[in-house]
Amino acid sequence: MRMPALKLSAFWICAAVVVLLGIAVTIFDVFAINTFIYFAAYVVLQYVVLATAWNIMGGYMGYVNFGTAGFFAVGAYASVALYNLIQAPLALMIPFSGVVCALLGLAMGYLTLRLRGVFFAIATLAMAIVLETMILNWDYVGGATGAYILREREMAPFGDYVEFLFFVMLLLAIFAVAVARWLERSKTGRGFGAIRDDEVAAECAGVPTLRLKLIATTVSGFLMGVAGAPFALYVGFIEPSSAFNLIYAVNAIAMPMIGGATTWLGPLIGALLLGTVQQVATVTISSELNLLIVGVVLVFFVIVAPEGIVGLLRKWWRPRKWWRPRNDR
Amino acid sequence: MTADALLDVRAVTKRFGGFTALDQISMEVRAGERFGMIGPNGSGKTTMINCISGTLANEGGEILFKGARLDGKKPHQRTRLGIARSFQIPKPFRSMTVLENLGIALEYATDAAPGEVRERGMTILETIGLAERAGENAGALTQIDMRKLELARAMATEPELLISDEAMAGLSSTEVDDILDILFKLNEGGITIIMIEHIMRAVMRFSTRIVVLDAGRKIADGSPDEIVNDPEVERAYLGE
Repeated sequence: MRMPALKLSAFWICAAVVVLLGIAVTIFDVFAINTFIYFAAYVVLQYVVLATAWNIMGGYMGYVNFGTAGFFAVGAYASVALYNLIQAPLALMIPFSGVVCALLGLAMGYLTLRLRGVFFAIATLAMAIVLETMILNWDYVGGATGAYILREREMAPFGDYVEFLFFVMLLLAIFAVAVARWLERSKTGRGFGAIRDDEVAAECAGVPTLRLKLIATTVSGFLMGVAGAPFALYVGFIEPSSAFNLIYAVNAIAMPMIGGATTWLGPLIGALLLGTVQQVATVTISSELNLLIVGVVLVFFVIVAPEGIVGLLRKWWRPRKWWRPRNDR
Repeated sequence: MTADALLDVRAVTKRFGGFTALDQISMEVRAGERFGMIGPNGSGKTTMINCISGTLANEGGEILFKGARLDGKKPHQRTRLGIARSFQIPKPFRSMTVLENLGIALEYATDAAPGEVRERGMTILETIGLAERAGENAGALTQIDMRKLELARAMATEPELLISDEAMAGLSSTEVDDILDILFKLNEGGITIIMIEHIMRAVMRFSTRIVVLDAGRKIADGSPDEIVNDPEVERAYLGE
């Protein structure tokens, strides 16, 4: 009898190594001289989650969501509300924000189910603006003046609390990528691909397009909410214009495009690459340069490698799909 | 109605705003039949198919498949019930290979186990004559192969009724014969076929019964011989 439990894939070995590295780096304070490294790495990992979440709808299914910032901010503010309500710990905030944003995603899916292409994108952008206006006028979570969440100074055994948050975001990033990878390889993921290629043909081939779209918006929303959950703890002070910043939406689109939007690897590579470049540029050159970098890199990739970095790699390496005929290539 | 009607269309009406695309159309398709549907451009043929396959909702009348009403059923549910269609303008899943195109239909519309998908897909491709293209990108196929893929993907849903929407438009005469042979073969395998076509030679040769639509109305219903000699059909096509 075969033991499937022992069949560890390269993916999970890599994930385990990354987690162990994360633990080592935080506990032994490898970057003790400068905790900014953790601070910056947190942002990069947060983009891994956001880009991966965006890609489930945008890359797999071809529905471009411009409302990433809205989901992210609602996730952050859901945490603030829960904190104000019951002083909830982070372990509770994360699933709570995730569920709130999953419901938001589900609602968005229902409201926009007849919209495609540009109209869908505009609707998501509008949704983010509506949400921002609502938060601006909701005093319980600080309204326009913003809100504080007091965090611990330290968190054993990680040391500084930012190091702890870095580790949490690392776990969330691995979780997000694992979910995306699992979806991509499932029957559902193949259905997403059919919807992206031709929605009417997909429906007539037996694909329940509405149900699949709602799955995508819900899962994508959940992951974006999860990414936003620790935000208030991370920055210490949260206010609408920072949480709803358009840069989240722009990056969540640019990163999968640069990495390659049809696989889970694309947003991961794109976020690590572009996120790191942005962080380095913020420190060494100027914090205003971020968007310019995104723009230039995006233009470059759209022209030179429209299928992203993964698309370039595909020329040499092509993953085997199980229903490709045996004699193929 | 007869008891053995596979598809029973009863007084179906479809309007687009003030325009009546289908006006109280009734027809019956019996199991195993080769059923032709013809009519000038804009006569409502494709609208009729869209109502049967569920991509459009009819306003009046009802459509029964194997005695059960189809109203309110989504296209993918109708596909699972056994109604398949091909598209006039081919709609392949362009990011996938030919075999993967069939895989979607096999996975979603049939009860094929994951291990059977490849084999069942290849069997269909062999029937259609597309086996050697199995690993190619669907978007890179030639026109004739794309038409064949349309039929193959429809076949992959394991239908009882196959609606072929102008599968031969724009093809050369040998290619038309090619598609005709495929449709004959599928019909011999027990599948009821509705063929919508402008190419008279093909429809007349293929169909056992033909319905003629004109401006949303049914003007004739009978054997190919009867249709050819019908004065109203002549008027619809040639004018007075």
